[in-house]
Amino acid sequence: MSNGTMNGNGKRSYKLMIVDDSNLMRRRIERSQQFEELELVGTAADGVEALELFKKTDPDVVTMDITMPHMDGIECIARLVAMKPAIRILVVSALADKATAVEAMERGANGFLNKPFTDRQLNEAIAELMR
Amino acid sequence: MLYEQELKTFVEGTTNFFEVAAQQPASIGSPYLMEGSPAVHEYTGVIKISGKREGVVYFTAPKAMLTVLLMKMQENDFSHETMRDLVGEVANTISGNARRDFGRDFVISVPSVLSGEKPEIPQKPGQRSFIIPINWRSHSAKLVVSLA
Repeated sequence: MSNGTMNGNGKRSYKLMIVDDSNLMRRRIERSQQFEELELVGTAADGVEALELFKKTDPDVVTMDITMPHMDGIECIARLVAMKPAIRILVVSALADKATAVEAMERGANGFLNKPFTDRQLNEAIAELMR
Repeated sequence: MLYEQELKTFVEGTTNFFEVAAQQPASIGSPYLMEGSPAVHEYTGVIKISGKREGVVYFTAPKAMLTVLLMKMQENDFSHETMRDLVGEVANTISGNARRDFGRDFVISVPSVLSGEKPEIPQKPGQRSFIIPINWRSHSAKLVVSLA
């Protein structure tokens, strides 16, 4: 995982980007994640927006939906990993077949969480991602 | 053609959605064959299905039910746009979860959302449409599964 940056309190912090075509889901993830060391640097509604946001904000941790317009999450994962191999990506998707999870991991994702999820499941998945 | 086991996949997906997302189980009725034009509530999220199966899956619900569902999800924006977002997300989640049984060749579109209008259901040979009734708290909604 990337080293993140040191904040004013001498603690390490990591930049978080949330990618999902549902505004409701983006807010849900932002509200539910409980990690003080994660600083939200932006949200994106599809893969194209995510790549633009990545260039501006250089996130360390990403939550990524798969089914999105313009560019889906699978392609976006591959492009993000090509630009920043140390990035940590948690797929948060309704697609529940094993083949999609395997492909996401092969493209460079580090974790997979199925929708619907509880706050606890989300935080456990993020904790696992940041280990 | 839809088989009993396939309908069960959607019933289980709907049950799971309410148990996890709303943290309050819904009562899911027995699916029945839809006759005539599709019945809709105020908001409808539609997923087009392609690949090894073709058709649509849609979730339709009244505003009052969606408002309570948003409250249970700790959401505090109850705008028209958020209602539309929610029905699309419910339809997407139940359809996406169905790939656990149908496999990745059950290709789902991004959601399209209708506010009051009836969705178009293109008819293919052998296609049948089933309504899965959903009762949650004092509200009623429907999941419609129409696949060839």
